[in-house]
Amino acid sequence: MPAVAETIETIEAAQEGGYKWGFETEIEMEFAPKGLNEEIVRFISAKKKEPAWLLEWRLKAFAMWQKMEEPDWAAVNYPRIDYQDAYYYAAPVKKAGPKSLDEVDPELLKTYAKLGIPLKEQAILAGVEGAGESPADSGRMPVAVDAVFDSVSVATTFRGELAKHGIIFCSISEAVQEHPELVRQYLGSVVPQGDNFFACLNSAVFTDGSFVYIPKGVRCPMELSTYFRINAKSTGQFERTLIIADAGSHVSYLEGCTAPQRDENQLHAAVVELVAMDDATIKYSTVQNWYPGDAEGKGGIYNFVTKRGACRGARSKISWTQVETGSAVTWKYPSCILQGDDSVGEFYSVAVTNNFQQADTGTKMFHIGRNTKSTIVSKGISAGRSQNTYRGLVKIGAKAKGARNFTQCDSLLIGDQCGAHTVPYIENRCPSAKIEHEATTSRIAEDQLFYCRARGLNEEEAVGLIVNGFCREVLKELPMEFAVEAQKLLAISLEGSVG
Amino acid sequence: MLRIEGLTAEVEGKQILKGVDLELPMGEVHAIMGPNGSGKSTLSYVLSGREGYEITGGSVTFNGVDLLAMEPEERAATGVFLAFQYPVELPGVGNANFLRTALNAQRRARGEKEVDAMAFLKLAREKLKALQMSDEMLKRNVNVGFSGGEKKRNEVLQMALLTPSLAILDETDSGLDIDALRIVSEGVNALRGPGFSALVITHYQRLLTYIVPDRVHVLMGGRIVRSGGKELALELEAQGYGASAA
Repeated sequence: MPAVAETIETIEAAQEGGYKWGFETEIEMEFAPKGLNEEIVRFISAKKKEPAWLLEWRLKAFAMWQKMEEPDWAAVNYPRIDYQDAYYYAAPVKKAGPKSLDEVDPELLKTYAKLGIPLKEQAILAGVEGAGESPADSGRMPVAVDAVFDSVSVATTFRGELAKHGIIFCSISEAVQEHPELVRQYLGSVVPQGDNFFACLNSAVFTDGSFVYIPKGVRCPMELSTYFRINAKSTGQFERTLIIADAGSHVSYLEGCTAPQRDENQLHAAVVELVAMDDATIKYSTVQNWYPGDAEGKGGIYNFVTKRGACRGARSKISWTQVETGSAVTWKYPSCILQGDDSVGEFYSVAVTNNFQQADTGTKMFHIGRNTKSTIVSKGISAGRSQNTYRGLVKIGAKAKGARNFTQCDSLLIGDQCGAHTVPYIENRCPSAKIEHEATTSRIAEDQLFYCRARGLNEEEAVGLIVNGFCREVLKELPMEFAVEAQKLLAISLEGSVG
Repeated sequence: MLRIEGLTAEVEGKQILKGVDLELPMGEVHAIMGPNGSGKSTLSYVLSGREGYEITGGSVTFNGVDLLAMEPEERAATGVFLAFQYPVELPGVGNANFLRTALNAQRRARGEKEVDAMAFLKLAREKLKALQMSDEMLKRNVNVGFSGGEKKRNEVLQMALLTPSLAILDETDSGLDIDALRIVSEGVNALRGPGFSALVITHYQRLLTYIVPDRVHVLMGGRIVRSGGKELALELEAQGYGASAA
């Protein structure tokens, strides 16, 4: 998410409590007919002018999906989803290439302004040519943004600057047109179509998302980010992101997400695939802030996401950092396949649930290569009547000599009507592997609250401070500006959880 | 001026304070002495607003304002500071961040301008130097892994930064060696002046040779049973509390 300082101001400026991104943009939209069938899959593919191989790939996924059962092993409860009662494609009607801010649909402009994206980047986001292509004059580390609005990417910034380094950063729809060989080689290579129910659904109907390719030996000169916005009613968002870091390259990628406040539940089923070759590093950070539903548990996003990274090369590294504050139900396990020798996988997570939110999240670390290392640090915070589960798997193969894992799961409870659960699975076939697991559960103690209040902090400031302290090990993994935003978000998410 | 009149309070249905009367004029330092279980800590918590203490009668005003009607953070903003007998650990919360958040929360409540990070650091370093403490103190997490003496010194550092007009020191001398006792006492003495008052709660006379009180009160069985000048502390040391009960 870009424009952190501005976003914070937006947050602070908002007077009403609760979710501050819950507005809806009224804009002329184009929809596919409601429902899901082979025709809809063909419609999406045709809309995107896709090559025949990709349509076939989608249809194969759809055929598989129809035979699959929705998983029920997660510790979450929600009413049965009617997959026929949703739109699978919704896009703003595009005006051809606006040249100045005046020509861009004012409703889109307003949306970006409200989300806190600054004017200059705002100009680029809406597709105005030439604006904001000089990172040097902004006075801070620039962030390139891909903005995905419902089913389509509406703009990607700093592409010219990135192209000078041979970096490809565009929407996946464009990548299909312009770099079909790369997409065909890697799409589904980490998360195959039939991997799981939601990934399979995504493979059939994915609409947009980001594509990143970092060439050999290139260190990406700026943070890349994608801002996902669900706006249209009764619409599912099925984004697909693919990031490839070639040998010796380095990239840091950020993802942010918000949605309007509605009584209905909306489905977000994304797939993210990462590939790291020899000596490459991918750092993937998420601040997930989908609408969580109201205080009575009505509405909110179902966030059913498959994220997986493959450390294919020796000494490669993939690091997931997530701050999960939103969504009514979260089902998400960013994972690493540690195939290359000496490769490293990391998972740093903060998951906050309040009111009636449910989160079942964690990671999977597959140790295949020798001397592979993984670190898992999970911080779960439960308040209200919410349920928060850490579910993780550490699997060490027979050939993973010298593999090491360290797992730490800490849970913090606020109030006495919420739940925290830790479900670690360990499968080890290699006698020389070292696996460590630590877990704690604590409450915010009355003496901690009183200590802070006796120094002048009100109850909510005190909770915010204590919670941020609890999450510190994870927050320090985020890029700095992002971390500031995450801290504010934690405090806002827990508003009204004490007293 | 802190004025306590006929204060009675219960903890879990048990009456601890049974009618405390006390006047602490601004600019003075008073000691409260008494044996274990006499109600000393209860008095300090009641004055600072901790939950779980039920006020059943009496009144407390500070500079004419009803203290008992205020939230703990409001009391802090009006200048009440409790130096804890057992300072609390806040894992992951940096001391500098905590202190600045507290200072700014109080300033905001009083309608004053907040202090930015640079100005705060400068201020904190001055205080540390005056208290003969290392800058390391700011980088560590609040009281985490601190020795008993370090925790008490951290309380005094907070007091020096927040410049209260009423400090309540709850057995600040317990667990301190002689050097730490001297540093802590100098920290308190440095604040003494017309705009500062303090209640020094202690078991022993030892602290009062460093922080010389204007008055000494003996709290026993939930009441002030005796008051006198600083020489009273010496008398208690020599004769014990038994004589006061009579």
